[in-house]
Order: sequence, then structure tokens, then C-alpha cells
Amino acid sequence: MLGPNRKFTEGLFKVTTHRDRTLTVFSVIILLAFLFYADRNFDSYTVRILENIAIFITLAVSYNLINGVMGQFSLAPNAFLAIGAYTSAIFTLSQEEKLRSFIIEPMLWPLSVISFPFAISLLLAGIATALVAVMMATPVFRVRGDYLAIVTLGFGEVIQVLANNFLSITNGSLGLKGLYPYTNLWWAWGVCIFTIFCTVRLINSSYGRAMKAVREDEIAAEAMGINALRIKTFAFAFSAFFQGVAGGLLAHLITTISPSLFTFMFTFNLLIIVVIGGLGSTTGSVIAAVLITWGNEALRVFEEPSNFFGFQYEGIPGMRMILFSVILILVMLFARTGIMGRSEFTWEGLLQWFRRKIPALKV
Amino acid sequence: MDYSFALQQLVYGLTLGCLYGLLAIGYTMVYGVLRLINFAHGDLLMVSAYMAFFGIAIFGLPWPVSFIGSVLLTALLGILIDRGAYKPIRKSPRINALITAIGVSFLLENLGLVLIGGRPKSFPMPSLFSGSIVVGTINIPALSIWIFIITSVLLVLCVLVVKKTRIGIAMRALSRDMETVMLMGIDKDRVISFTFALGSSLAAAGGIMWCMKYPAVEPFMGVIPGLKAFVAAVLGGIGNITGAALGGLILGLAEVLIVAVEPDWSGYRDAIAFFLMIIILLTRPTGILGERLPD
Repeated sequence: MLGPNRKFTEGLFKVTTHRDRTLTVFSVIILLAFLFYADRNFDSYTVRILENIAIFITLAVSYNLINGVMGQFSLAPNAFLAIGAYTSAIFTLSQEEKLRSFIIEPMLWPLSVISFPFAISLLLAGIATALVAVMMATPVFRVRGDYLAIVTLGFGEVIQVLANNFLSITNGSLGLKGLYPYTNLWWAWGVCIFTIFCTVRLINSSYGRAMKAVREDEIAAEAMGINALRIKTFAFAFSAFFQGVAGGLLAHLITTISPSLFTFMFTFNLLIIVVIGGLGSTTGSVIAAVLITWGNEALRVFEEPSNFFGFQYEGIPGMRMILFSVILILVMLFARTGIMGRSEFTWEGLLQWFRRKIPALKV
Repeated sequence: MDYSFALQQLVYGLTLGCLYGLLAIGYTMVYGVLRLINFAHGDLLMVSAYMAFFGIAIFGLPWPVSFIGSVLLTALLGILIDRGAYKPIRKSPRINALITAIGVSFLLENLGLVLIGGRPKSFPMPSLFSGSIVVGTINIPALSIWIFIITSVLLVLCVLVVKKTRIGIAMRALSRDMETVMLMGIDKDRVISFTFALGSSLAAAGGIMWCMKYPAVEPFMGVIPGLKAFVAAVLGGIGNITGAALGGLILGLAEVLIVAVEPDWSGYRDAIAFFLMIIILLTRPTGILGERLPD
């Protein structure tokens, strides 16, 4: 049944006025000014958290595209991160560094001599990840979409197996070390803003409307002339591209990557982010990515020994994950819409809120 | 590769296949009835192993009591998971149920990690299951024989329950058309609870035997077997119990024999199930014994 879905039609008639565009450009400038300030004045720990937040926003926004907007349940982000991280790392490592770290087996010939600038390696990471996504989507989307969950979950495990065994490409369990820390605030937030821009433009285009139509009712959408298989594959590859790029950023932030780094934990964190933000809402993903990434740092107190009002607390590792899984289940059971539901931030909405709250303000 | 080596590997493959099969039956029943990939199913294997372990090692119960208690408690846990986490969202889109299932699975794993700790515990093996029988040149562990017998008995029982009893008929009806079944005056939730109980107790039996074969109990031990068992269920044809057992056997044999033939590939063992899954989806998505279900 394709009922009159209010949120759906609202998306159809979204108009971007001159005013909205000015406001958006203006707020991006404010964000950049803040980053400039942060770059100069904040300590390295805070800067690191800010970089993490940007990478997680990139991941969450692209993950939300496939899980929320397209309505297909993928569990691949950790695999895509791994592919992106390895691809970009292989291309940025210098020839000498590769000679030095590949001690078990020398690196495969063409890869051992190629080195690219960081930007090109990120692009290649994105492209490689998107190609893998297309290869995975082809068998999966021929049948029921929920096989995607198990195939992508399995793929996350297989990627670790492959990374451990392709010694001449990935250096096995030793991993790749000594990556140059290219990722700074500008790279992280630049990619983040670019991802949000591309994703929002895609969602508001006819492709985005086709995705929502397939999510709501695949048969009805096909009857309207939408090629569901193609649009699903496209959405999957699009989201994989940005996850691959984020993987490249992450690799050059932590500078050492190994197969055991890319566990299901990443995917689980992202799943919580998109669910808490509201499945299908890009705004929600951004808000939740900030909240959870910051909260993940703040909640470390539960896992470290501390002293609460005279009570000695030993600190239990794993507490955060229990907390997060309980939150995930509770949100799914009692607050399914998350923070934003499926609605998006609009300047009009914000201005109206201001008009209601502060009647004196004439905007 | 000579004759006896092949037979020896066949024994190992069959043992592993039986365990995958037991786990796959639970997946296939829940998926058949609810169209839900119950991600927490693999973790039930871990829970049952811990319960049997604590029964023997901490409470000093004789092993049959401990094993049966573990199976019953795991069945109860299966019902609780369904009632607590899946029942409230039965009407909402499928993706919500999948997310909840992931949440439950992660909760179980991390509860295990926090409450019991991540250090693997070695499982005490009752003497009945240790030792082995030598037939000619091949060496058959007693445990393998027991696993084969127990799996066969449980499979036959399970098929009988589903084919012959009233609740089994209700289960099969439910997998075809939920609304009509409810119109017939059948308590849907009771049938679903029964499905979870049956599937979970099979997983528990599999979990205990898994621990005797690979005697290390740790909180994440259920993840990979769970994943592979789902592949086995798809391979056999999802929704089909005999198919699930057959899929488990094929997967277990494939994993053991491929590594036996080409020992260099032993690193890729965990990837075999994944590639098998891709091949099934490309060639025969309904599995070996599966029929095309009305969707």
C-alpha cells in the first residue's frame, strides 16, 4: 500500500530558496572558523575527538543512506572501512617503508613501487570500496534484501581472513605501520562536509525519491517504472564509496592498521548512531554521530577505576558496550523514531521555531 | 591422499556438519515462521555452553543433570528473548526486528564478557565422551559417534514434532499465512514461543557438544558458528528442517575436506561458508530442498 505518507510528500516539495543557501554557506563558514580556532588553540586530545567526530559523521551519513533511506539492512561498514583503509594506506606508503615493513613476504610488484598523494589514495580507496560493494550487491539483491545482512556480516569476517592471508598485499597480521598522519581537522571535516552535501543532494534528487519509494513498497515502485535492483545497487555503492574514503582517513589518523582493527564493533557503533538519530534522517545521523562519538569518550569512566563518594569502583571493561546494546534495544522497542524520526533539518523549520519561542524576534 | 586419510577427514567433516546442522535448524524454523534472522541464535550456543560449564565446575552437578538443565534454561532464554525483544515489534518493518536482534546478540556477548570474563575456560569432558574407537586405520573419537547419534535422534524428533503434532502443524501453517492462522483461533504467540524454545534447545544441545569438541568457552564463541549455521540453513533451503541439517553436513564436510586436500588454504577456512553463500544466491537462491515461498 502506498498511502499518503506525509513525510514522504514533504520531501517532494522541498524548495531551496536563496535565503536558505545563504544561511547554509554562512554556517559552513562559521564551522570552518571554529575549526581554524580549534586547530590553533585546542589540545591534541580534543582535536583528535573532533577528527573522530568528523569521520563518524561521514560514516553515519553514508550508512544511513543504505539503512535508513534505502531501507536495506547492511552490516558492512567495518569491511568497507577496512578496504578503504588498506587501499589508501598501500598507495600512500613510500617505497622504502614498504620494503622495510613487508618482512614475511615482499610486496606484490606493481604495488611495491607505486606511491600517490593522499588525495588520490583517498579517491582510489573510495572507488575500490564501491567496486566491492557492487560485486556484493549483485548476488544479494537478486533475492530477498534481508540476506544482505548476513552476507555483509559474513563479509566483515571474510575481510579479516583475507587481510590476514594476503601477505604480499596486506602484510598479514603484522598490518601496515608507519603511515604518515595526513589526516588533520581540515581533511576530516572537508570530507565530512562533502559527504553530507553529496548525500543530501542525492536524497533530494529523483534518485533519492526512487529510493524512498522502493523502501516503502518495492512492488508499487517497480510498477512506477523504478528499477529496484539498480537503485539498490547504486545506493549501496554510493554509501560504500564514502565509507571507503572514511576508512582512508581513519588509517592516516591512527597511522597503524591491522586486520584485527576492523571488527564488528565499528558497525555496531554506527548502527546505534543511525538508530538513535532516526533511521532515514541525515540530520539525525549527524546529531547522533556527534553525541555517540563524544559519549563514547565520556563513558570511559565506567571502565576505569574511580572513586564515587567514597565507594571504590573497580571499572569493568565492556560496560560501555552493554550500555549501548541496551540503549539500542530500548530505542528500537520504545522510541523507534529516534531523535529526528525521518524529518530533516530545514532553515524554515528553525526560523519558525525561533518565531514561536521569541515572538519579539522578527525573522 | 590415501583412502584411510580420506575416511578420517570424512569423520571429522561429518562431526562438524552435525553441529552446524543442529544450529541451522533453529535458524531455519525462526526464519520460516517470522522471516527474521535471529542473530542472537549463535549466542545461545555460548550461553548453553557456559551454563553446562558452571553446572559441572561450580555447582558440582553430575553432567547429565547439568546438560539437561542447560538445554531447558536455554530454551527458556529463547522464549524470553522472543517475548521481550521481538514480540513488541512484530508489526513494524523488518529492518527494526533485525536491528533489535543485533542488539540482543551484542548484549548477550558483552554480558558474558563483563560477568564471566573474556578468558577462555576449558570445558570438563565427561569420561563417557572421551576416548576413541579404532576401525582399521581410522580413528573415530567416541565424541564423534555421540554427536552423530544425538544429532540424528534430535533431527528425527524435530521432524516428527513439526510434521505430526498439532503445534507443529500450527507452526507450518504460520509460516505460510499468519493472518489466516490467527483467524483459525490459534494462539500465534504460543506457537512462536514454542518455535523459539525448540530452536534454542537444539542450539543448546549443539553448544554443549561444540564445547566438548573444541573445549574453550568464551563470550564470542557463538558468532562464527552462528554465521555459518545461517549459511547452512540457506544452503539447505530456508524454512526446511531436513534441508538445514543437510546444509550443515555439506558445509561441515566442505570446510574439512577443502583444507584436507589443500592444507595451504587452512587460513581461508572461515571464508568458505561466505563464498558458498554467494554461489547459492547466484545459482539457486531457494537452496537445495527449498521451495519458492509466497512472498
